[in-house]
Amino acid sequence: MAVRRLAETQPESFAFSPDNHAWAEREIAKFPEGRQASAVIALLWRAQEQEGWITKPAIEQVAEMLSMPTIRVLEVATFYTMFHLEPVGAKAHVQVCGTTPCMLRGAGDIIQVCRRRIHAEPHHRSADGAFSWEEVECLGACVNAPMVQVFKDTYEDLTPESFEAVLDAFDRGEMPIPGPQNGRRHSVPINGLTSLTEIDYSDAAAKPMAASAEPAEAEAASVAEAEPELLAAAPEEGADDLQRISGVGPNLESLLNAMGIYTFAQIAAWTPQNIAWVDNRLKFKGRIDRDDWLGQARRFAAETSGK
Amino acid sequence: MSDLRKLIVDGREIEVPPSYTLLQACEEAGAEIPRFCFHERLSIAGNCRMCLVELKGAPKPVASCAWGVSDCRPGPNGEPPEVLTRSALTKKAREGVMEFLLINHPLDCPICDQGGECDLQDQAMAYGVDTSRYHENKRAVEDKHIGPLVKTFMNRCIHCTRCIRFATEVAGVPELGATGRGEDMEITTYLEHAMVSELQANVVDLCPVGALTSKPYSFKARPWELDKTESIDVMDALGANIRVDARGKEVMRILPRLNEDVNEEWISDKTRHCVDGLRAQRLDRPYLRVDGRLQAVSWPEAFAAIADRVGATSGDKVGAIAGDLAGVEEMFALKRLLESLGSLNMDCRQDGAALDPALGRGSYIFNASVAGIESADAILIVGSNPRKEAPVLNARIRKCWRAAQPPIGVIGEPADLTYDYDYLGAGPESLSHLLAGEGDFYQALSAAERPLIIVGQGALVGDNGAAVLSAAARLAADVGAMSDDWTGLSVLHSAAARVGGLDIGFVPADGGKTAHEMVAADSGLDVLFLLGTDEIAMPPQASLGGPFVVYIGTHGDAGAHRADVILPGAAYTEKSATWVNTEGRVQLGNRAAFPPGEAREDWSILRALSGALGRTLPFDSLAALRAELYEAHPHLAEIDTIKPAERADFGRVAAIGGAIAGPPFASPIKDFYLTNPIARASATLAECSAMHLGPAAEAAE
Repeated sequence: MAVRRLAETQPESFAFSPDNHAWAEREIAKFPEGRQASAVIALLWRAQEQEGWITKPAIEQVAEMLSMPTIRVLEVATFYTMFHLEPVGAKAHVQVCGTTPCMLRGAGDIIQVCRRRIHAEPHHRSADGAFSWEEVECLGACVNAPMVQVFKDTYEDLTPESFEAVLDAFDRGEMPIPGPQNGRRHSVPINGLTSLTEIDYSDAAAKPMAASAEPAEAEAASVAEAEPELLAAAPEEGADDLQRISGVGPNLESLLNAMGIYTFAQIAAWTPQNIAWVDNRLKFKGRIDRDDWLGQARRFAAETSGK
Repeated sequence: MSDLRKLIVDGREIEVPPSYTLLQACEEAGAEIPRFCFHERLSIAGNCRMCLVELKGAPKPVASCAWGVSDCRPGPNGEPPEVLTRSALTKKAREGVMEFLLINHPLDCPICDQGGECDLQDQAMAYGVDTSRYHENKRAVEDKHIGPLVKTFMNRCIHCTRCIRFATEVAGVPELGATGRGEDMEITTYLEHAMVSELQANVVDLCPVGALTSKPYSFKARPWELDKTESIDVMDALGANIRVDARGKEVMRILPRLNEDVNEEWISDKTRHCVDGLRAQRLDRPYLRVDGRLQAVSWPEAFAAIADRVGATSGDKVGAIAGDLAGVEEMFALKRLLESLGSLNMDCRQDGAALDPALGRGSYIFNASVAGIESADAILIVGSNPRKEAPVLNARIRKCWRAAQPPIGVIGEPADLTYDYDYLGAGPESLSHLLAGEGDFYQALSAAERPLIIVGQGALVGDNGAAVLSAAARLAADVGAMSDDWTGLSVLHSAAARVGGLDIGFVPADGGKTAHEMVAADSGLDVLFLLGTDEIAMPPQASLGGPFVVYIGTHGDAGAHRADVILPGAAYTEKSATWVNTEGRVQLGNRAAFPPGEAREDWSILRALSGALGRTLPFDSLAALRAELYEAHPHLAEIDTIKPAERADFGRVAAIGGAIAGPPFASPIKDFYLTNPIARASATLAECSAMHLGPAAEAAE
């Protein structure tokens, strides 16, 4: 870590977009009267999401919204390294994990790529302004070392080549598929299961070792959309508990319900085109395939119909 | 005694309240605990770790400043918790902390202004090791520019955060902060803006190392070269206790002295940094106006010129006005001189405040006492901006506000007082509303057990001053601010000399002229004595029918420019004199240096002048003068005590009545930094003043 200062050149002004402003108001209202300063990290984070980095006018705006002295907001902004005090790359700001596991697995090579392709120094933008990079402490994906984080996604199991491919994709304006870049699924063993082999993975069996899953997902991005079968309301016999699908939480369930998807049977019947349709609406970047919603849904659907 | 806890400190059993911290308990037991971040008047940070002690049963040493006595567990058989402040473990822990602190602390004691009075230096003598185990480069931190008073050497900072806590908690201007973290933590203001607090220079005293030092005093002197004299400040009416450090005949710096009842351990920036004003613009020899121009003359020539004029007129055409910095002794001598000349024209109220000692002492002192502010449970401020008129007293109000959030109301100019208040209005009519029992704030005042009503000079000047004071007294009686154990009606003065002058009756007797009448064009006076009087419109020139003005004072300011004779006097650091602060506390200042050139102490000038006028005053020494003074006003002999007001005083004030009308109240202090001739002569305070006027002034430069 180094001394963190505000950037030398600063924009004239900062204002939250109407949506963000409304969001900020809601965030501030979460705290009791007189404790509004508690919202400072949330507001700074949203300001960074909006602008890409924390600007001086943004700090002053947040201070004003929270009735805080500006120095107190500056303290927070300089304390947390997640706040960028310099402009970051327009297409991608690469945070390379340099902590021990990643370092042992070749983070140094990844950093060399950054130095060569982006800038010799961290926190500087590339000549075209599209990229920037920095080394960060552990991002918590040690089993998939080495890894980088770009905005909110992590790209794992990198080699200099696959990392460059990720950068190339960003450069083309695409959003490369996050996760392991060597074809494995999550952090399952790359050479096949070594334990729990007695379990029948017939539904999802192909997945744990499936090097083929990635290309399929990659294709999914380019598959034409087609609207799947949607229900106007929950079926009379009751909606299925979609949260049983690994990867679906309460939030996602309500989103799916809102789209008209209520049962495992519906999901099990999706075609690749349907998946693309849902994927694009949920902005999931291939998570349906990665988490094997279809396989899971097929199993659960069989269970429910069996009962 | 059941609420006391037993504790064994270094084998000595003591009983302390459970609210104590271990550090307080250890000090109670006589053990000395080293510390950097801990300060009695600031919140506990617990980040320097220097105060580690061994606590029996605890797995590792504990930070005594942050460890409560109530947090200590008894021993296995119920024996009291045992603390060891001199054990091997304690010593080793402190040595470890010290070693860490010194990793990045530069070895620049020989060029550091803090050298000789540095906590780190002293404690390194006790806990430091003589070698370093670190070969890495030391941390380098950019120095910050945070204003004309505080100079920074940030390499030396040990991150105790005392300065941040002071600015946030005591000064109430949260402008200092710590950016970054870990090794890269830096103390700074937002984008290195200059600090704006009137109490900012106290961070220099608080800094345990040489990271924050006094900019005007930088590289001027070493602490062991200085003669230290305990004295009293005259920059405002609080009478802060100060220590004047002089080298030879030159005052080098002024530091606060501890007095819990007055200034705790803070002083305002004006008190501290008027030092260079004591050197500049000084009157160091008598002058006489000849043909319209001031010429240097000898003392006898000056006295002869005055004797000519006084001899040529009658006593009732002689007058005297005492200034804001005058000591009681010289006012007493001047009063005696005028009385012997047969004059009733004397006044110590150059601002024209409607304060009359005939009403009794209670009508013009801060009856609640400065320390009493802390126990007030509702505060009304009328016609005053205490932040400008007495910043340290304002810090006391803020302390009370932080502790208990009493309702605070302000009638007068709205200003940032560093605490929240209800703004009740600008002028007398708002006071009438309150007196009529209208508004929520009246309810708050009535509900309070110890309501405090502060009346500033801004409310007392002008034609309706007496009526406003009377109204405040009636309001105080009405809301129960006048109980047996609490007197809430308090007058906040802005001049150090004022209460003393009123105490000795330096006001016109019946038929005498007030200060404003004396300087009016039609005053009819032939001779006017000004005792350091600079804050009043000067009378017309003698050639235009004005009086012959004799100015006894220290600086070439307004009074000296108008004067026909200048008699050079001694500044407050150059004489032993008595001042009575706004709460009526009698305090004795001492001489730290001698007056420059031919200047003399004011009382001796008046004594010599009385001889030249043939009206020799009956004292030849300061002791003899004081004997007379104490005989006439016995309470002035009681140094550092307050003679309480009598109940009847308030009835007399309330009975004045009168219409409460007039223009809005305005604080008499327009520019905090330039309120008296000494401050106006100071380049440091001029810089502060210019900075406060804002960026417009800077851009014009």
